[in-house]
Amino acid sequence: MSYKTEELLAVCIARLIRARPTRHIAVGAASPIPAAAAWLCVKQGDPLHLSLLHKRSGNPFTDGSRELFDLTGQGRIDLFFLGGGQIDGQANINLIGTGPWPGLEVRFPGSFGSAFMYYMSGRTILFREEHSPRVFVDRVDHISAPGTSEPGVFRRGHAQALVTGRCVFDFHPDRGRFSLASYHAGESVESIRAMTGFDFDVPEGVAETVPPSDAELALLRGAVCDEMLETYPDFCARVFERKAAA
Amino acid sequence: MTPISLEAMAASIPDGAMVAVPPDNSIPSVALAKALIRRRARGLRLVGVPISGFATDILIGAGCVAEVNTSAVTLGEAGFAPRFSAALKAGTLTVRDATCPAMHTMLQAAEKGVPFMPLRGLIGSDILANRPDWVVIESPFGTGEKITLLPALHPDVAVFHAVMADSAGNVWVGRRRECATIAHASQRSLVTVERVVEGNFLEDERLCPGAINATYISGIAIAERGAQPSALLDEYGFDTDYVMQYARAAKTEAGFAEWCAEHVFDNQAVAAE
Repeated sequence: MSYKTEELLAVCIARLIRARPTRHIAVGAASPIPAAAAWLCVKQGDPLHLSLLHKRSGNPFTDGSRELFDLTGQGRIDLFFLGGGQIDGQANINLIGTGPWPGLEVRFPGSFGSAFMYYMSGRTILFREEHSPRVFVDRVDHISAPGTSEPGVFRRGHAQALVTGRCVFDFHPDRGRFSLASYHAGESVESIRAMTGFDFDVPEGVAETVPPSDAELALLRGAVCDEMLETYPDFCARVFERKAAA
Repeated sequence: MTPISLEAMAASIPDGAMVAVPPDNSIPSVALAKALIRRRARGLRLVGVPISGFATDILIGAGCVAEVNTSAVTLGEAGFAPRFSAALKAGTLTVRDATCPAMHTMLQAAEKGVPFMPLRGLIGSDILANRPDWVVIESPFGTGEKITLLPALHPDVAVFHAVMADSAGNVWVGRRRECATIAHASQRSLVTVERVVEGNFLEDERLCPGAINATYISGIAIAERGAQPSALLDEYGFDTDYVMQYARAAKTEAGFAEWCAEHVFDNQAVAAE
């Protein structure tokens, strides 16, 4: 069955979710693909609790937006997703901007909760569809949240992986480096190197990303899309070619 | 509590005041932001709790703002906040970047009446490196943990919208409890409401958890659809088209001025009712 890039990325993220024990996932604002991945796991029978922070109905919090941070501080969020205007080879993320502080060249919206969630979640999957040397740089201009922390700084988790429109990288906090886990169809180790501004490791035998199965695609286009229509109507129309009933 | 007019409410906020505002998904008073533009407020120091959106961008565009203390300024689906970006580039605005739980923590310290509170995370970020008012210490409890202390933040005025006020001056915000946080932490709270109803929310077990007690409320003004284009709980939704149209218009200073003339000044009579 043919598939769209978004569907492949959702399946990649779902595999990463399932790779480790996970009870509670929080998905933030601009994240339809991670949301689809989390729903895919649920529809495949994983007993996950999802907190979808920008869902119009089903907002789980009753103590204001601080409740998310308070419960993450306690270690009640196993997995969170973060992106970045820039992401570097040490998994530092930059949501501030480029040029002199505070982003006088190109200003991004700001760091949101990243300078807390990245440390306090059990783990984080980094996600950025655009895979270019503009985004994946050797060193970010400004660190909204660091990829690793010095001894003496409480840190519950790190990046697990970085999923892009071209490949999946694993992150190794012990050595502060990414390694290529797989490249998507049409890419190669060389093409990934050419489009990535940071250096990374390439394990022996690295191969093409396993495509989505027919069963996964059927779930994404059916039960997962049903759950996402209300919150991400444009995404569902574009990727799954479905519109909410009027 | 007798409601006052929107314009009188805006007039009671002095130039240079530190004003706490909730973001687009948490019932900001866009009506009062527009009234502040009409009264040509200057030098406001906005506090985004924990981020800032549409109301902040129009206040910046109209030249009302000197400083924003926030974790982000965004129009959500409509993209980057155009007047915020332009003002930063022009050097007419100071931004004090934070992270969302830091905004909450500084206000929670004020709620508790303590001078500071610790927060994990932060260390190793450039946000911390650019906040001389935040201090890293080693835990005094002998664990060796490094942790950041954040000073209590006491805004002069909290400004937000609520569904309704009652006869006693309590206001009801449902689950948007960050409005309660800023009301508790601020010297004064000015609240626009859709309507005023008879009775007392605090006497109703179903309404009282979503109510903010009149002790914290300094003034109420009726502004129907006062959060628009932001959503008001389940009463009305977010007006994406309106914000998209704004984002396009506000790309240039001239475009913003035109938008402002139409949407802020022409509607004065309606908004002031």
